[in-house]
Amino acid sequence: MKQTAHFIWHQERSLQGMDAIILPGGFSYGDYLRTGAIARFSPIMDAVVDFAGRGGMVLGICNGFQMLLELGILPGAMLRNRNLSFICEDRYIRVENANTPFTNHCEPGQILKLPIAHAEGNYYSNPVTLSALQANAQIVFRYCDREGKVTSQANPNGSLDSIAGIRNAAGNVLGLMPHPERGAEHLLNNEDGLYIFRSMISALEKHKTPQTV
Amino acid sequence: MAITPIVTLSLYSPNACRVFGEIMKAKIYITLKNGILDPQGRAIQQSLQTLGFDTVGEVRIGKFIEVNLCETDRTSAENSIKGMCEKLLANTVIEEYQYEIIEA
Repeated sequence: MKQTAHFIWHQERSLQGMDAIILPGGFSYGDYLRTGAIARFSPIMDAVVDFAGRGGMVLGICNGFQMLLELGILPGAMLRNRNLSFICEDRYIRVENANTPFTNHCEPGQILKLPIAHAEGNYYSNPVTLSALQANAQIVFRYCDREGKVTSQANPNGSLDSIAGIRNAAGNVLGLMPHPERGAEHLLNNEDGLYIFRSMISALEKHKTPQTV
Repeated sequence: MAITPIVTLSLYSPNACRVFGEIMKAKIYITLKNGILDPQGRAIQQSLQTLGFDTVGEVRIGKFIEVNLCETDRTSAENSIKGMCEKLLANTVIEEYQYEIIEA
């Protein structure tokens, strides 16, 4: 994608010079107490909270989404999957809000096929929070079937309102359970994830994020 | 050559455990809030009923954590346990916690 990426170790403390932050998935912390609960106390996380608070673009994928919930940057929490299983398979999600820095290359209602790989992706929030998410178009992706219908059967994990991804109220932070980076290669026969990364690049070119300290 | 004296300050890194030892023990119970679906509890409920324990109603799964404390004052022990639960041990969006503090 002709972008420079830097890996930032969790012991580091500065995000200086970064335009966007991606918190990846992959059980990076072992989830000893709850998913994302230990990761949120990493030294680098103060800088991530600060970056997000100043409008910097943050994408949390899978375990990264769980960290954003534990940090309180995004509302809600994750429960065990409804069927108690670790699920690793391709799933369809529907773009519910194409007017975000993460989805501006998508059509409203577009269906993306992306892999999921998690045991705790059963999104939960209290009814007040859910109403706010719905009212502010903060639900960015919902699980759906191949035709784009949101049904209980198409919901892999029991997630509330079939939520696969949400953004914060300001719109600069997105968390989602599916893995766009695992569906972004012609060789893997799936490039749907590129819509998200291309959207982020376009958004960054339009508005440069505030200088980090 | 001058010899640099090594000074050891006795107050360096005060550690309550070195002073008091582990005096109190907190028993912490973390459970999902009422009304929040507990898929693990439901699976175990069904297993118990399959085994013939037909008096079994709802089953809820939680966590039990023991923390030993180097603390002599009960109020301050309680305050630190509350802080631990709020900040790390429980996720208060979905969980609630109870604790008891006993002499270890």
